[in-house]
Amino acid sequence: MTRYLIHRSLFLLPMMLVISALVFVAMRMIPVDPAELVVGPYATAEQRELARQKLGLDKPIIAQYGIYLLNALQGDLGRSFKSGKEVTALIADTLPNTLLLGSVALTFAYLLAIPMGVLAAIRQNTLIDQGAMTIALIGISVPNFWLGLLLILTFAVGLRWLPATGSGTWAHLVLPSITLGLQYTAIVARMTRSSVLEVLRQDYVRALHAKGLERRKVVYVHALKNAVIPIISLMGLHISAVVGGSVIVETIFAWPGTGQLLINSIIGRDFPVVQAVLTLLGATVLLANLLADVLYTLADPRIKYSAHR
Amino acid sequence: MSDTTRPLSAPSAEAEDAPAAYSPWRDFLGRFVRNRSAMIGIVIIVTLCIVAAFAPTLALHPFAEQDLMRSLERPLTPGHPLGTDVFGRDIYSRIVWGARVSLQVGLMVTSVSMAIGILIGCISGFYGGRVDLVLSNLINLVWGFPLILVALLFVTVIGPGLTGAMIATGLVIWSGFARIVRGEVLALRSREFVVAAQALGRGNLWIIFRHILPNIIGPVLVIASFTMAVAVIIETSLSFLGLGAQPPTPSWGSMLNEGRAVLYRAWWLATFPGIAIALLVLGFNLLGDGLRDVLDPRMRD
Repeated sequence: MTRYLIHRSLFLLPMMLVISALVFVAMRMIPVDPAELVVGPYATAEQRELARQKLGLDKPIIAQYGIYLLNALQGDLGRSFKSGKEVTALIADTLPNTLLLGSVALTFAYLLAIPMGVLAAIRQNTLIDQGAMTIALIGISVPNFWLGLLLILTFAVGLRWLPATGSGTWAHLVLPSITLGLQYTAIVARMTRSSVLEVLRQDYVRALHAKGLERRKVVYVHALKNAVIPIISLMGLHISAVVGGSVIVETIFAWPGTGQLLINSIIGRDFPVVQAVLTLLGATVLLANLLADVLYTLADPRIKYSAHR
Repeated sequence: MSDTTRPLSAPSAEAEDAPAAYSPWRDFLGRFVRNRSAMIGIVIIVTLCIVAAFAPTLALHPFAEQDLMRSLERPLTPGHPLGTDVFGRDIYSRIVWGARVSLQVGLMVTSVSMAIGILIGCISGFYGGRVDLVLSNLINLVWGFPLILVALLFVTVIGPGLTGAMIATGLVIWSGFARIVRGEVLALRSREFVVAAQALGRGNLWIIFRHILPNIIGPVLVIASFTMAVAVIIETSLSFLGLGAQPPTPSWGSMLNEGRAVLYRAWWLATFPGIAIALLVLGFNLLGDGLRDVLDPRMRD
C-alpha cells in the first residue's frame, strides 16, 4: 500500500507539469496579442513592443514556460490584465469561499443521500423505493444552473426567505449549496441503493438470517457497513466533480469563489487569471482523483493496485 | 453471426420449447418494449425529435423575430402561449426551434466521442501490454476530469460559439465509451470464439470487427444514451454562461441566461426553457437506464 501511494504520488508531479504545460500552450494559442490587451487598442507600436518585452512575449515559448514555472514555484503567478492585482492574491481571496461552498454541498449531499438510498433498498419495489428513485432520477436530469434559477425564483423572489446572491451569512450559503449538492445527492442515493441491494444478496447475509439474527441487526449492523464503504470511497470522484460544478453555481449566485473568478476572467479575456485558475483547478482534480484511487483500494483490498493502474 | 454472438440473455423457457423461433434481437425487442423506463424515455425523445423536425410548422414565429412593443409579455397572452422575452420574441417558438440545436449538438458530440472511445477502448483492451498501460492511464485521466473545465479551456482558446463548444465536449466525453469498451474487450479477448478465430489464423482486424464489436453493441448503446444526456447538459451550460451558442441562435441554455437578467420581472423566461432541457435529459437518462436493465442486469450502477 505504501509503495503504491509513493508510486502514485510520484506520478502526480509529472501530471501536474503536463496540465500546467497544456494550459500554458492553450493560452498562447489564443489569437489575441496579450500585449494589446495590456496597453489597449490606441497604443503606439513602441508601447506595444515594450509591453511585449515586459511580458516576456519576445522570448521563445519554451523559455516563456520555464520563466512561468520558476515564478509560479516562487508563488508569483503574474498580474491580472484587468485589475492589475496579483493573481495569487485573487486566488487567495476566492479559494476559501469555494472550499466552504463545496464542502457544505458535499456534506449535505451525503447526509441526505445515504439514508435515502438505504431506505429505498430495504423497501425495494415499494412506493418509498419508487418515490426516492424518481426524485433521484429527476435530480440527475435537472441541470444545476436551471435548478439555481428555480430556487432563486421560489425562495428569493417569491417567498423572500433567503437572499438570492452574495455571501457573508449562512443564509447566503443555503441556496448555492443545495444547487451544487442536489445532483450528487441523486447520484449517491442511486449508488447506495444498488450497493445495499448487492450486499443483501450475499451469502453471508443469508447465513446471518439463517442463524436467526434479527432482520434489523442484519441490515443495520452487518450489511450497511459493507455497502456504505464503496460509496464513501467514491467521494474523491465527487470532489473533482464539485470543482467543475462550482464554476456554474458560483456564477448564478454571484458567490465570490474561484469558479466565478474563472468565468469572469474568461469573459473579460483576463488570461493570466484564466491560466492560473485552470491550472489550480486541474491540480485539485488530480489530487481528488488520487484520493479516490486510494480510498477505493482501501475499501476493497481485492483490487490489485500494483500491476495495471 | 449467431454462432459467435453471446445471446443477450439466457434463452427463456418458451424459447427452448420453440427452438426455431429464438433470436437475440426479438428477445431484446420484447423485453425493451416491456421495460417501463425505456418506453417513457423513447416517448419523450421521439416527441422532441418530432418537434425538432417539424419546427417550421409547429413554431408560431421565426426564432429571431423581434417585436419590441411586446417585450416581456406574460404567458397565455394571445399569440404568445409562453410569453415573450426582452426583445418581444415568442418563447414557445424559440423553445421549439431550440430542440434542433440541442438534438444536433447531442448527436454530433455523441457520434464523434463514440468513434474515438470505441477506437481507443478496442486498441487498449485488445492489444494489452504497454499500449494498454499508456491508453488506460490516459482514459482514466480524461475520465476523472470535470467536462466543464476542459470545455471552458477550449472555449477560451477558440472563442465563444457553438462549434467550439461541440468540439470541446466531443474531445473530452469519449472516455466514458473507452472505459466500458476496454473492459468488455479485455473480457472477450480470452473467450473461446476469439481464441478459436485466432487459431484459425484470422487477422486481428477481422476478429475485432466480426467477433468483438458485435458483442459490445449493448453496453455502447447504454453509454451513448447517457452521453447524449451529458452532452446536452454541457452545451446548455456553456450557452448559459454565454460561451456556447451566440445570439440569436435559440439555444435553451442561452434563453435561460437571458432569463437570469430579468429574473425579478419575468419568471417565465427562466422557467420554460429549463423544462425543455430537463425533459430531454430525463428522456435519455430513462432510455439509458432501461437499456441497461434490458441488455445486462449486471451493469446496474
